[in-house]
Amino acid sequence: MQDGPIDLIVEAFAAAAEVETAYRAAAARFVNVLDELCGELSLLRQPAREDGPCPEGVVARRMVEAVLPYAAKHFITPMAAVAGAVAEEILLAMTSAATLSRAYVNDGGDVALHLTPGEKFVTGMVEYSDARPDPALRNARNVGHSFLTNLFGSTTIDFEQTIRGIATSGWPGRSFSLGIADAVTVLADTAAMADAAATIIANAVDLPGHPAIGRVTACELAPDSDLGERLVTQAVGELSLGEICEALAHGTCEAEALCAQGLVRAAAINLQGEIRIVGSRAESQFISSSSTSGSFVHA
Amino acid sequence: MNEKTTMAEDAIRCDACPVLCYIKPGRTGSCDRYGNADGQLVRLDPHVVLDRALSRGDSVVPFLQKAREWDGTLVNGEQTFVTAIGAGTTYPDYKPAPFIISSEVAGVDMVTVVTEGIFSYCGVKLKIDTDRHLGAECSTVRAQGEAIGHVTTNEYGSQMLSLGGVRHLTGGTRQEGTATCDALLNLCNGKAVELEIENGARVVVQAGKPPIVDAVMEERMRVGCGSATIGMFAKQWFGKVDDVVVVDDHITGVLSEHQAGKLLGVPETGIKMKGRRSTPGRYFRVADPGTSWGGTNISDPLSILAPFDPEVARPGLRLLMVSTTGEHSAYFELDEALRPVEKDLPAALRESVERIRENCEPALCSVLFMGGAGGSLRAGVTENPVKLTHSVGDALTRVTCGGAPVYIWPGGGITFMVDVSRMPENAFGYVPTPALVAPIEFSLKLADYAALGGYMDYVRPLKSIHREEDGHKRVAARPENPWPLTPDPKK
Repeated sequence: MQDGPIDLIVEAFAAAAEVETAYRAAAARFVNVLDELCGELSLLRQPAREDGPCPEGVVARRMVEAVLPYAAKHFITPMAAVAGAVAEEILLAMTSAATLSRAYVNDGGDVALHLTPGEKFVTGMVEYSDARPDPALRNARNVGHSFLTNLFGSTTIDFEQTIRGIATSGWPGRSFSLGIADAVTVLADTAAMADAAATIIANAVDLPGHPAIGRVTACELAPDSDLGERLVTQAVGELSLGEICEALAHGTCEAEALCAQGLVRAAAINLQGEIRIVGSRAESQFISSSSTSGSFVHA
Repeated sequence: MNEKTTMAEDAIRCDACPVLCYIKPGRTGSCDRYGNADGQLVRLDPHVVLDRALSRGDSVVPFLQKAREWDGTLVNGEQTFVTAIGAGTTYPDYKPAPFIISSEVAGVDMVTVVTEGIFSYCGVKLKIDTDRHLGAECSTVRAQGEAIGHVTTNEYGSQMLSLGGVRHLTGGTRQEGTATCDALLNLCNGKAVELEIENGARVVVQAGKPPIVDAVMEERMRVGCGSATIGMFAKQWFGKVDDVVVVDDHITGVLSEHQAGKLLGVPETGIKMKGRRSTPGRYFRVADPGTSWGGTNISDPLSILAPFDPEVARPGLRLLMVSTTGEHSAYFELDEALRPVEKDLPAALRESVERIRENCEPALCSVLFMGGAGGSLRAGVTENPVKLTHSVGDALTRVTCGGAPVYIWPGGGITFMVDVSRMPENAFGYVPTPALVAPIEFSLKLADYAALGGYMDYVRPLKSIHREEDGHKRVAARPENPWPLTPDPKK
């Protein structure tokens, strides 16, 4: 399903009639989602504050809820959780209307999951085949798909776990990032939580002031960006292993803190071929499945 | 406007969706589908514009190069028509159609509302020129193992199939919907599709191409039913042969008994047919339907004859048996025991068989896309959707599909049919709903558009979209189609 900038891939598993009902419910809910969000767009582009105004829409409220835990210490707007929040809303529409054994809604890589006892999802993560795509191509259609090739890990999520959301953030993706991570994939209890956390962790993977990193103010690229005058990453030159490890350490530090608060269950951070995994073994088993030599850190 | 002074000065506002992105030159909006190319909002999929001059160029006008060089600056409503192919749309239509174009034609201000319709209520009416039996009426038609339609009536020399429709697209399993959408899309875009008919034939169909029935390419339509063939050729046979049987699954004709033979004075021959006699010289059900002689299942034509009447028949009696396409023929003479013995076809009769063949038109498949534009699509045209329906019904508004003429069904709604072979290439798309995306354009006088509550604020001149670098693809108009903006002579 597609409306404006929202692209959803939706799949439900159950008896045919239930699946049919679920898809109809998804479509019926979807037609209003973009309009609802756009009605409150200016509010949703403002930095989140504990005492800030509460939006009207359920999706908008879910976005605010997901980013509020970060509002005190970080710059973050509810837009950081928009994809995850939309995915959750469509999933909720389906599971409320029909009895499904499994279902997912994938909103541009941010995924909301539905599981019942005995069911599980296996998801794969792929890495950028060339970690630094030409910035001129950043906005080419489907750039994400064309550069993502190498499966670097997979994880199994079952009913017993609390994880129901997966999200990925990184500077080469469709949204702007303040950091230099190629991809940060987060497993969290909801898709909106995962979306917000991936943004925060990806922003943390950084080497402030490094000359090989090209940054441009967000508003110069997109005048109406919620990031305003903030510098967003547009190019990352080749970094030394030491620099990569340093940047990754900033990311793992942030990710571990979020794990401790329960905001994140597991995270995989990828920068120029180096990977760090954060999260307890019980919560996630990222399995290294490629030649990528990642060093593993378990919190 | 030399140097950019402020951040947003050279950005443009995209109104393709309610996000209303500001887009800087060389960048795209948040959807990655619309971008700013030198200050113009462009869609990244090309949008098709028909050009009359180009189509005349294609039909050997020597000044082609000059005309084309000049073309970029001269944009004239009588020469250029903006189609809906690649125009995009929103669903449901909560905003005016993506392109509402004004142009002047013969001194009259015209407007064309251009949108791509997303059709869940749509299908294909397929006409397959063949007399071979493809399957019984109402039999299920399958593609990729999924039910996508059914066999409907047999018309003169052709078998009609009805494919798609909302029940197959959205009423069954996901696989059924996907297979239906896939088959419709391929057929509408002129590609070949293999269909399997329940308890019937496997047929490969492609718009404008001969059907392939059970791996045999159909070359010719029949000249007529067996009885009609007798009527057409009786004079040519008279005197050269004593009796002729034209084998046809529907109506087999017998010269000596047929009215046409009687009028010529053809004497009785004592021939005895199997099957059920309808009127003199016309027989139903001489065999079962099939893919052999005249659409029957027989390979031996004598199998439809009973022994000759010994009171009437005589040794040496000459008999021609031929199918309705001339594809099968055999010549017999009766022996002393009045049994037909096959002999070489005499030259004079071979000529008549050839004549049957040459009177058979090439067998083709025709694909008519049928859709209902009665839903929210109309809201992209006018704030008062029923007025558009009435305007189309009253023939004030002309509907075209990728610039091709359509047939509008009488009665309520805007239900139309279009011959896909008259549309530009690859005019159709799909959405995974599943549903087909088809172009649709509504052309009417500007004054009429205002009267039906049109979005007058969104009307833009044709000039504003004429440059190819804006993502518009200029294609030659098909010379056989009426120009969409030519005023209807009846009005």
